[in-house]
Amino acid sequence: MTAMLAAVQISKSFVGVPALSNVDVEVRPSEVVGLIGENGAGKSTLMRVLAGTHRPDSGSLTLDAKPLRLRNARDAAVHGIGMVFQEQSLLLNLSVAENVYFGQEAQFARFGIVNWRRMNLAARRQLEKIGVDIDVTTRTSELTFAARQMVELAKALTLEESTQRQLVILLDEPTSMLGQADIETLFARVRALKARASFVFVSHRLEEVLKISDRVYVMKDGRVVAEHAADAVTAPRLHEIMVGRGLQSEYYKEMKQEPPGAEVLLETSNLGVARIFRNVDLKLHAGEVVGIAGVVGSGREEVTRCVGGFLPQTNGMLSVAGVPTRIVSPGQAVKAGIGYVPRERRIEGLVMFLSIAINITLANLDCVMSHGVIDYRRERNLAVDWIRRLRIKAPSPDIACRNLSGGNQQKVVLARWMNAGSRILVLDHPTRGLDVGAKEEVYELVRELSAQGKGILLISDTLEETIGLAHTVLVMRDGEITARFDASRGRKPDQVELLRHMV
Amino acid sequence: MAYALFPMNGRVRLMTFNANRVDSRPPLKPPSDIASRPRGVALSSMASHRWRALAPLFVLVVLAALISVANPNFLEVRNLIRIANSASVPLTLAMGTTFIILLGSIDLSVEGAVSLSAMVLVLLAANNLNDNNYGWAAVAAAVAASTVMGLASGVIQTMLRIPSFMATLGTWFIGLGFSVFMLGGSAVRLVDPALRGLALSRFLGLPFAVWIAAAAFAFAVVIQYYTRVGRHIVAVGGGEDVAELSGINLVRVRIAAFGLAGFFYGIAGVLAAAQLGQSDAVIGDGRMFAAVTAVVVGGTSLTGGEGGVVNTLIGVIIVTVLSNGMILLGISPYVQQTAQGLMIIAAVALTLDRTRLKIVK
Repeated sequence: MTAMLAAVQISKSFVGVPALSNVDVEVRPSEVVGLIGENGAGKSTLMRVLAGTHRPDSGSLTLDAKPLRLRNARDAAVHGIGMVFQEQSLLLNLSVAENVYFGQEAQFARFGIVNWRRMNLAARRQLEKIGVDIDVTTRTSELTFAARQMVELAKALTLEESTQRQLVILLDEPTSMLGQADIETLFARVRALKARASFVFVSHRLEEVLKISDRVYVMKDGRVVAEHAADAVTAPRLHEIMVGRGLQSEYYKEMKQEPPGAEVLLETSNLGVARIFRNVDLKLHAGEVVGIAGVVGSGREEVTRCVGGFLPQTNGMLSVAGVPTRIVSPGQAVKAGIGYVPRERRIEGLVMFLSIAINITLANLDCVMSHGVIDYRRERNLAVDWIRRLRIKAPSPDIACRNLSGGNQQKVVLARWMNAGSRILVLDHPTRGLDVGAKEEVYELVRELSAQGKGILLISDTLEETIGLAHTVLVMRDGEITARFDASRGRKPDQVELLRHMV
Repeated sequence: MAYALFPMNGRVRLMTFNANRVDSRPPLKPPSDIASRPRGVALSSMASHRWRALAPLFVLVVLAALISVANPNFLEVRNLIRIANSASVPLTLAMGTTFIILLGSIDLSVEGAVSLSAMVLVLLAANNLNDNNYGWAAVAAAVAASTVMGLASGVIQTMLRIPSFMATLGTWFIGLGFSVFMLGGSAVRLVDPALRGLALSRFLGLPFAVWIAAAAFAFAVVIQYYTRVGRHIVAVGGGEDVAELSGINLVRVRIAAFGLAGFFYGIAGVLAAAQLGQSDAVIGDGRMFAAVTAVVVGGTSLTGGEGGVVNTLIGVIIVTVLSNGMILLGISPYVQQTAQGLMIIAAVALTLDRTRLKIVK
């Protein structure tokens, strides 16, 4: 079968970090194409290129073998390419019908006045196409997440009205927030619509991808590393391809991984947050890295946010250095000696336009106060000292953090917690958005922190990184711990083994 | 990018907060927050940061030059003292407003606080309405009243989770209404000679009010740059999430900032009453506009975190020089008002780094 939409040798990088390199992908008529890969493999970037919201640095798109230039999402829509977003793109304060025809109201308008009755009728027809029975005048905020997903799909299908050709609909992780029954419904709709449209389906859940797709592309580090017919490959095999290179102990500085101390810094028993996760027992020793593995929705993110004080626990016990502690705000976490290194450095990690020095002392201004006022000389010297100790590449402690590279920004966040005397560090995707070199530096730092007796609770983008860095790996699924693995030096568990407990 | 007074190695000097200082040093990796923008845009916006930093000073110099060419009397010592005197109340007010805007909030209660403070002063000090004569205690009570009103604005915002815009709109009218009620709608004269002296007597050739405003400025500088609360205000304004994650108590910082602002408004109210020799309901009229204009013209970012009280000093001088100049040039008061309106819009257009603002609400 010939390609309908094709990406040819697409490359795209963000500030020097390549996100896609020479990617070739094609979508054939009436086909569901699966796209899998770990976080950061380039799936979302590729989808955005196909949807016209990112322009590639090099390479081209073709539609029916003719070159296709997309300047924005509207261009893509004109050519029958629509995207259903991972974070839904519906406006919750508008009605379902208004959302379905958002931006296309002109067809219902006469002399600038919209005929709502006609729009509602048309929207109802769209929803009927996918067999969904929702009152189109409902405020979108009143719908369930799954119902909204259906509305998104209906919205994408309105493209049919403006183009003669078959549609290409991009589904970016549509199932990550859905329950099993809703997933089945979505899949049934997709199958029913295959005669009229092709789909590109992105998901973390391999079984799902195999179930719905005709063909699967595997991405890794911004490249397409494999292409398989869905009936000729198994989930474990796909996973092997997806995580690629076996464990590279060198990369994760495994030789520097020392056994943890005896002191227990953080202990939880039966820790839970209602309806999100439950019965989490973990022990974090001095010098230990505990990694939590799990897919989106497994509850691992929430466990770290609970320890960081964002998500108050509702069940169980948490104790810090043997003392039972209730942490209901980030401030209390800081006081208890827990430092949270967030994934969104730009929003949660640093005040970007303030200096390195100010950012470092933010969590512990006391150490530079003398006689009730800030001693700038002491603050500056302190920052110079941290810059040296953590090898932060910066010409001076006075420059704004926004001028640092991602890896160095991450080091400034770590310096803040070390300066605040935090003994427990929560690393929330610490290497997200960093290039390979910067990642290695962060790994080096993790080893040094362990050597100093810090306890580290880690969640990371890749299984490989979690296993490589951790002493102990906990696997979570559906809000519960399903397995524990010893991952100390020389005894690293196999990824496939972990995966079995994840999905 | 805003410049700021930044003390270092025991000295106090002006420096910019951004990359321009490192031009002569080894190149840094490009900042990651421009990831989704083409490089050219980022570089040009960095160059424009430097321009922005110096814009307020530049405006002041050009303005002064133009006015003195048109009317050489402008540069006479007598006129400069007049400028300083008329800048004293706006400067004191704007110190308070600066902290609020640094926080990324807005304070509309300025006029209510000024009239409250002036009312308390004239009714407790020697006046022509009652027999009170508490002297300096009246000053303390006036400042305290305004401070309490500021704290109340902070509490209302944080406890009831009402945006600062609405909370202070409310306290503005509460303060105003209360003082109109107490004054009975008439002007009450302040007759305490010592308190009148705040405005009338001079020290080293300058009216006492100018010294008080200078002291308020110095106090604000110390607060912003040398104290925990000042640092926390800047941090919350720059990134609320970061501040919270770092263990900063956001509620406390907000309440403190509004209380601090109320303190400055209280002093300004005392000065205003002393200058006028009386207080009535409209003593605060037009003062919020002047204060907010001064802060914004000085280059403090409305989105919070950038700029500060030193910027505001320059902003206040610009605003005062402009109105003084227009008076010298004999421009109609209505045109003057229009000019000030244009200025605040121009100032926001020049100082706000709109490339970072995705949505304008």
